[in-house]
Amino acid sequence: MKESGVYEAGTDVKFANEEGALSWALVDGVVELALHRAPCNELGSASLEELEKFASALENMQAEAHALIIYSELKPGFCAGADLRELYQRAQTIEKSEAERAVRNFLERIHRVLNLIDAAPLTTIAAVHGVTFGGGFELALACDLIIADKMARFCFPELRLGLIPGFGGIPRLKRDLGNAVMRDLLLTGRSFNATKAQQIGLVSQVVGEGEALRAARATAAQLRKFDRATAAAAKKFIKPIPHDEMRQEIDIFCELFARPAVQAGLRKFVESTDAQPYLP
Amino acid sequence: MQTTDQTLEEILSLAAAQFKVPRETLNPDDDFFKTLRIDSLQTLDLLTKLEHHFGVELPDYELQGVSDFRTLAGKIQARL
Repeated sequence: MKESGVYEAGTDVKFANEEGALSWALVDGVVELALHRAPCNELGSASLEELEKFASALENMQAEAHALIIYSELKPGFCAGADLRELYQRAQTIEKSEAERAVRNFLERIHRVLNLIDAAPLTTIAAVHGVTFGGGFELALACDLIIADKMARFCFPELRLGLIPGFGGIPRLKRDLGNAVMRDLLLTGRSFNATKAQQIGLVSQVVGEGEALRAARATAAQLRKFDRATAAAAKKFIKPIPHDEMRQEIDIFCELFARPAVQAGLRKFVESTDAQPYLP
Repeated sequence: MQTTDQTLEEILSLAAAQFKVPRETLNPDDDFFKTLRIDSLQTLDLLTKLEHHFGVELPDYELQGVSDFRTLAGKIQARL
């Protein structure tokens, strides 16, 4: 079932593009990126290719836009993170050293995409609902603002696999939050609801069920009133990308990925029928 | 402060409303995964609803292995 992303009559829609896992359009000066890969926008190799196409298109659309909204059209949530089934299945079919190289390559590519979104001269908004876990949480963290449906839940479950978040999550959390909150999120692997996420400073607005996209569009309409160059200069000043830590994160992830415990953790997750499969 | 029985009753009513089943079909010692046939995503939704309703935080790991309404009520009561 899809959430409604339909535009009102008379809306100026340009550059509409439909891919398998996502689609985007320039709507009244707002770039809207809709995620729609069932079951919950898991990020695998096909999604990454489409995100790379979107990143290229974004550079061309930026001149005509002042904001970017990223949202999910799927009922379960914003994004459940990396496609662990694909990761596990691929790792079973190729040599260990080749799998490690492929993982590093994937991480470097997704970092490039997320860094581009992070540093875009537009004001970027993640409109999230439901599951916002792992890589999905990291995608939201690349945005300037997170607007959350009250049923959204945030979680970094990577430690259960013997891994750390690999899409820039730790450096971006460090940029935004106190270290004690980060330790709670990462080391316990527990999930937070939207109210808690707002209390700790992750989320800028909590809205009613099904209202995140509407609130994001209203916010984007407000942003249009500001001079774009000023907004871009302010953003560049207050939101630097921690590039050194990003590179460190990739190295640590790859080092951990090489351990046999990770394959066992991935297998356990893929085969799990547990009600809380994200917990160890 | 409300009693554990009141908490239990509120959980049963909330679960019945959330999953659209008659309240009288739910019993305190039911295995809610079986009775409500809920999956992992619905479990998360129920967790969020309970947190909002009672104004508490329920760390996922405290609820691991909890499958009946009565035990769940005890966990929530301990945080009220």
